[in-house]
Formats: sequence, structure tokens, C-alpha cells
Amino acid sequence: MPDTLQNPNPQNNISAYYQTRAAHHAVVTSDWLAQAQAAVAREPDGAPDTSVPPVAGKPFSVIDEFNSWRKQPDLAEAVAAIRALAAVIRNCQATTMMELEIELKKASDSLKLWDATSISLTAGCDLFMRYVTRTSALEYEDFNSAKSRLIERAEKFGEISCKARRIIAMLSQDFIFDGCTIMVHGFSRVVLEVLKTAAQSKKLFRVFCTEGRPDRTGLRLSNELAKLDVPVKLLIDSAVAYTMDDVDMVFVGADGVVESGGIINMMGTYQMALVAHSMNKPVYVAAESYKFARLYPLDQKDMAPALRPIDFGVPIPSKVEVETSARDYTPPQYLTLLFTDLGVLTPSVVSDELIQLYL
Amino acid sequence: MDARRAPRTVSDPKVRKVGFFTAPPDRSLSGPPDHRIFSFLTSPPPVVDNSSPSAGNSLSPVMIPPPRHSSANLSPLRRDSAEYFPPSASPTSPASFSDDVAAAAMGRGAVAASSSLPGGLGFDIAALKSAASSVPASGLTTVSVVNNFPIGISEKGGGVAVEMQNDQSTRSKSLKEKTTKAERRALQEAQRAAKAAAKAEGVAASEKKGGDRPQEKDRKKEVPQPRMQYDDKSRVEKAKRRAVVKQTEARNRVELFRHLPQYERGTQLPELESKLFELDPMHPAVYKVGLQYLSGDICGGNARCIAMLQAFQEAIKDYSTPPEKTLARDLTAKIGSYVSFLIECRPLSISMGNAIRFLKNRIAKLPLSLSEMEAKTNLHSDIDRFINEKIILADKVIVKHAVTKISDGDVLLTYGSSSAVEMVLLHAHELGKQFRVVVVDSRPKLEGQLLLRRLVGKGINCTYTHINAISYIMHEVTRVFLGASSVLSNGTVYSRVGTACVAMVAHSFHVPVLVCCEAYKFHERVQLDSICSNELGDPDVISQVRGREDINFLDGSSNSAILQLLNLIYDATPSDYVSMIITDYGMVPPTSVPVIVREYRREHLWI
Repeated sequence: MPDTLQNPNPQNNISAYYQTRAAHHAVVTSDWLAQAQAAVAREPDGAPDTSVPPVAGKPFSVIDEFNSWRKQPDLAEAVAAIRALAAVIRNCQATTMMELEIELKKASDSLKLWDATSISLTAGCDLFMRYVTRTSALEYEDFNSAKSRLIERAEKFGEISCKARRIIAMLSQDFIFDGCTIMVHGFSRVVLEVLKTAAQSKKLFRVFCTEGRPDRTGLRLSNELAKLDVPVKLLIDSAVAYTMDDVDMVFVGADGVVESGGIINMMGTYQMALVAHSMNKPVYVAAESYKFARLYPLDQKDMAPALRPIDFGVPIPSKVEVETSARDYTPPQYLTLLFTDLGVLTPSVVSDELIQLYL
Repeated sequence: MDARRAPRTVSDPKVRKVGFFTAPPDRSLSGPPDHRIFSFLTSPPPVVDNSSPSAGNSLSPVMIPPPRHSSANLSPLRRDSAEYFPPSASPTSPASFSDDVAAAAMGRGAVAASSSLPGGLGFDIAALKSAASSVPASGLTTVSVVNNFPIGISEKGGGVAVEMQNDQSTRSKSLKEKTTKAERRALQEAQRAAKAAAKAEGVAASEKKGGDRPQEKDRKKEVPQPRMQYDDKSRVEKAKRRAVVKQTEARNRVELFRHLPQYERGTQLPELESKLFELDPMHPAVYKVGLQYLSGDICGGNARCIAMLQAFQEAIKDYSTPPEKTLARDLTAKIGSYVSFLIECRPLSISMGNAIRFLKNRIAKLPLSLSEMEAKTNLHSDIDRFINEKIILADKVIVKHAVTKISDGDVLLTYGSSSAVEMVLLHAHELGKQFRVVVVDSRPKLEGQLLLRRLVGKGINCTYTHINAISYIMHEVTRVFLGASSVLSNGTVYSRVGTACVAMVAHSFHVPVLVCCEAYKFHERVQLDSICSNELGDPDVISQVRGREDINFLDGSSNSAILQLLNLIYDATPSDYVSMIITDYGMVPPTSVPVIVREYRREHLWI
């Protein structure tokens, strides 16, 4: 399409993460189509089937497994990856623990390569590896029982991650009171679950939903909320400060939670958090615990870039640069609380948890 | 962070059990005394024994505990007090079962035994405590004690039952934190009664109490001693009498800092030099290091710590146990005397204090069966390992982490001369990153000049300025790297004076501040300002400028009553101004320092 080709951004690392989010949305745009085609063409490169385990001729591929899990639209990518890795353990032909770990690591690396910009995918894989292999019982048992122990822990981790959304929804119910106004940003399935649960328990609240350009994911969210009979008001992204006075709390999801306690989320979250903070409105983040990543950005530019071409609808001259970053970093001082499946935490606890797990 | 953390077992490092844990309580010991108490008031006792262990942890760890309502728990129990359901029948409220039993017992105690029994119950409690105190100090000891106290305080009645229930329902390792003030008072009173009873009872009880004391002592030992306050005249006199170095106190001292030691400079060195061959108890290596501190030859946390440890290594090598004495005790006393000497030369830095604690810990942990030679070689290798792991390798890890935060085109600012920061900058330069450095310096030490010389020698593009120009230059800067003498438990960075100023200016310009500090320098102390604990340097250095003899306006000011010169060495930077601390445990926010201190101090920080 001519308008997308006009976008002068030389780098072609279109973040697959943000593409696939569009895939789950009913909003189909011209540029999305183009990207979908590009992505399909790209996948065989980006997902090397060199992750074939040592025993040759085996048809099992972790990427296939991953893709099959991902087909369910409600399943988060990281959870699909975790399930795929659990399947790796189950189907692996290794005979020693070392071999198993190496195979697992290879599978995990290939999954991470599938989309290098997705923080939750990387974090989920890393956490899975730590959680599963961090048991001293591995040294004492013989291989088969150790393997079954690993499978058990892997399944458990998978289940916890699956149930994470329910737990978060339960925990956040206390914070939504009758008559409150909630502002949300972007389409987060966790936040949707929270609001769904609140609506089902007959709470009366209304939601201000930002449009979320360029993904326009806000439109999708407002659709969903309208189906639940929740009064929704749609805003353009620039109207956040204008309406912040009427808002009681801000609810966002997260692509990743970093070690400082800040979050990396869709572009616009930082802005909203800043405005909310200056007007003394609480900012709540709903994030599953597998999103805790060992990153520590110092400022907005200190992250791996995730770019997403923007369709302005009109042709842009080539001299004009476009800021295409798809996400931003919100520092912890602007966040009030994190709702995770580990409980309701303050941002400083994230590092606490990571230290416990990684050291 | 908080007390509800489960004991660190093999399973589930990631999912924290909220409110439930698996420590199997060892009820057998408190069984018989329970019988005695309960037989006063209720019928069958054995239920307490069987209840908790079997029904330990039937809830899945991820489940959020249902809200506990005391009324719901108490009332059915009052009804069913006559029957005792077998433990297996109550899988859903395992923890509450024993609560309920005790609560029932207590409730009835409140009704029946109110005023007539305190004395008798106190006696039982005494016996109970002495029995319970021989249980190893786990969370259980406090559990069993708290369990029975409400019976003694019969007036509290239902309220205490609720509190106790809540205590037990959120069972934590250190229940002491959960007890209310009233319960703590009760605890103290009962302990006093126990002591009196112990005296009455005779040897048996006192032996058991003796067994209890070393644990408390150990606990007390782990808490660092408060520093000596120098404005207390009597203690200063006492310290002077014990002192190896004769020092005269400075006369003209700033009122606010009278609690810190300050001595006349220039008097100590000649005297010490003259005594070089006379000081018998002092090992020459330690003496040498002391002199080097005094003259300022060795400066900087890591350098001082390494020099001191190496001097101790020498001293240990030449040490021989005198007859009739044990190695551990005598060596510890000797190290103690060396340390006092070093303190008199120059007050200890926090890194040195931690290293000394490590060394004393290792000496204390030496198995008694070792021969002297083996013990000495063990200590020698321990010290080597400490220096290697905690300082040298730690620095390597810090450098590895820190260079990921330096990108091309950066302008890095550093203050003073920190060994860790210097290594980071040199390594980043070796990796070929394009950056330039702004070195900020300050009088009177002018330490930045040494750093500047070394950086320029390696070809790094540098700018040099003094601290009064910091706000002028800060707008160009992209990152600030600072070193630290220590990081305290509330995230406060304790470092060379002037660091706080740099950090605050950087913060107001939204420049991230990264502090590089090895984990062995962390301390569990909390400091809110730079006054309560600091070091005073030589005030005359302020009034003189080297190379400018014509600036002599303040000569003779030490005699003036209305002018006092103050030369502080350290200051405290609040954690709000620090973006990240880079340690050998990785990059952590300042709020995570107490986590590292807590989790790893016992195991890894020292050993």
C-alpha cells in the first residue's frame, strides 16, 4: 500500500508482538494487512526450526507447539510459551539432566527469537527456566523421577500463569467501588477480566477508554465493555488531561514489569500516569507475575526498541520523521499499586521477588 | 520485607504462600505443660498435640486465605467444646483448629480461673517457659509461650483470643512482631516471674535458662554495637586510659559535632613513629597500616579494607596461642586490640567494620578440633577468599553490569575518586564506547585530580571542574556515576562529602544517578542525616590552600572562640535521589538494599 511504503523509517524491525495483538482484534486496517503478509513471510526466518532436539528426525518443534497454543485468542503469549516449554520437557528424549536442561535452553532461546521485542515472552521463558530447574531435588533423584518432578513443576507454573488473570481480577475487586470512574488505556486482557468481574458482581462504575492510536485498541476494548453493559466513554488520546478531573483511578495492564518497579506498556501509558500523578489519582497496574523482567531502563531510550509503523491516513512526505516506537516506560514513582497473582504489591516489591528468584 | 514469608524450602520459590506455611510445629515438648494448664480448665489435652502437624498445609499455596472472622471461629467451638473432632475432619482450617482449642481453653480460663489463679498459673507458666526454652529457637518457642499467656491474663478475655487467633492464623517465623504491646508486657512480666520461679526452683530451671542465654547473646551479637559518643566525658576518659595512641583532643570544636572524635593533628604521627619498636602488643604490620591511615596514604573504602585484612593475615600468621588459652578467644581479643588501635589512628569505615565482623565470625566458627596450624591456614584462606570474592570479583561483576548502561555519545559525570567507577569507565573505554567524562572535584582533598590523571592517561576525553560549578555543567550530562562508602538499609548512600550535592543537582536536572557499591559494604543501620554519624577531618586543611601561601587569613583561627572550622568527611544521600544501585548482585533499586542485607547477610555476604 502506498501510504505505508511512504513511511520513511529505514529499520524494518516491525515488532511482531504488536502485530499479533492486531491479529486478535477485529480492527483490520490496510497497513495491518500489509504487515500480516510481511509477518507471514518473515516467520520462517524468525523461527528457526534448528531448535530440533538432538535426536534427528523427530517431528516435535517447540515453535509448532507454541503456535498451536497461541491460536486461542485469550491465551497470553508468554503462557503459550510456557506451555510449549512444558511440552518440550514432556517430549524430550534426553537421558541425563544436563541434556534436558540444554534442550530446554535451546527451545527457550528459539521461542525468544520468535519475537525479540516482546518483554513478557522473554521474561516468561526466563522465569520458567528458573522456576523449573531451581529445585535441589534434581541432584538426588534418578533421571526419570527428576524429569517427572520437572514436568510437575512446569505444569504447575503453566496453571498458575493461566489462573493468574482470575486471581488478579479477584484481588482488584476491593478497589472498585460503586459509582467510581475508571480510566483505562490500551487493550489489556487482564484489565478486561478485572472489569468483567466487577460488572458481573453488579458493581456500578463507568469507564473512560482512550482510543489508543495507532493500534486503536481502545475501540476494541470499548466494544467489549459495551457488551457487558458497562457505561463507556471513548476519548482521543489527547483528552486524557481534560477528563482526568472526573476520574477516580487509572487502570492499565503491562507488557513487562521491570526491576525498578516501573512498567513497560503501550505508548501513552507514561503520559497518563504523569497526568494522574500530578492530579493525585491512583494508578493501578494489573500484571501477571511472569511478566517480571530483569530489565532496568533509566529513561525512555534505554530499552530495546519496538517499532510499529503508523498509518496516518494521508501520505507523509519523506522528509518528515515519524516516531514509531510502540511502547514507553513508566517509572515506579508514578505507579500506586501492582495487582499481581502474588498479591497486591507496591512497586518496590518487584525487585524483592526477582532477587529471591534469581539469586 | 515482612514477617509472613514462608521458610525457604525447596518448593515454589516463586509463588509466595500468603499466610500459610509448612513449618511443622514441634508440639511434643509443650504437650505435658499444656496438660497441666488444660487440666485446670478443660478436659482432654492431646488434641493440641495432634492438630497442627498433620493438617499442615492443605490449602494450595496460591489460594488467598478467606477473611478470618473471629466470631465465626469462636462460636462453633464453644458449642463443640465437649467433643474434639479428629484432625482429619477439619482440613480447611488447620491453623485455626489449635487456635480454637486454645481459645476455648482460654475462654474458659477467663470464666473460671480469673482472679484466683494468677499466682499458680504464673508458676506453671514459669515451668512451661523453662521447658519451652530448651526448644531450639524457632518460631515455635514464641508460639507456645504466647499460646499460654492469655490464660494468665484472664482479664483480657475475648480480645486477646482474637488477637492470638490472628497471630496464629498468620503464622510467621518471628511471632514477636505480631504480639501487641499488652502481650509483650505480659511476656515480660511472665519472664520476670519465671526468673523468680527459677530461683525458687533451683538448679534445673536455671540450667535450662542458661541454655537459652547463648541464643539471645548470639542474636544480640549480630546487632552491631552503637558507636561511641564522644561527648560523654566519662567514657572518653575511660577510652583514653585504654588507648595505645596518646592523642590530645582538639579544643575548638563545633557544638553540633561534639559526639564525634576530633584530635589535634600533627601530634600523633611523631609520637607513634618514636614508639615503633616499643609497642610490643601491636604487630608491626598492623602498626604500619595504622600509620598509613593516619597520614592519609591509604584512602578509599576498598583500599583501606584490603590493607587492613592483609595486615591481619600477617598478624595471624605470626600468632601463637599462649598456654592455658584457647585460640578462638585469644585471637579474637587480639584482633579486638588491633582494631582499637586502628580506630585511634582513623575511625573505621563501614566496609572495614563489616570485614572485621566477618573475621570474628570466622574465628568463632573454627571447629575446636583443629590444630593451631590448620586454624591459621584456614583463616588465612578465608581472608583471601573474602578479598577475592567480595571485593575483586564483585568489582568485575559491577563493571560488567555498569557498562551496559553506557552508550555512545554519553557524557558521564563522576565525583571524587571511586575505585569502582574508575574501573567502569576504563572498561567501557576498552570496549570502544564513545563517551566523555566530567570529573567533579572538591577541596580540601582534591581526590578527583588523581582520577583525572589516570583517565587522561588512558586516552579518555575528560572535563575537570569543582563542585561549585555543578549546576552549570549538569545540563550537558547524561548519566552520573558515583561511588559509595556504604549503602544503608533505607537506601541512603553514605559517601564522600559532596556526593549528596551532586546527586541532588542531577536529580533536579532529571539525570539518572547510578551508584556503584559492592555488596559487602551494605549495612543494616539506618541514617537520616549526615550529623549523627560522620567523621571529622583536620580543620586546618580548610584554612590553607596548597601552593598559595598568601591565603593566610585564617591562620591562628584555632584560638578564636567565635570561629570554628568544620571538615566533614562523609555525607548521606537520601534514596530518592538515587536511580539505581549497581552491586555484585545486579542492578537493584535503592529500596532493595535491605532485601539483600536480610537474605544474604548471614549466608553469602560474609562467607
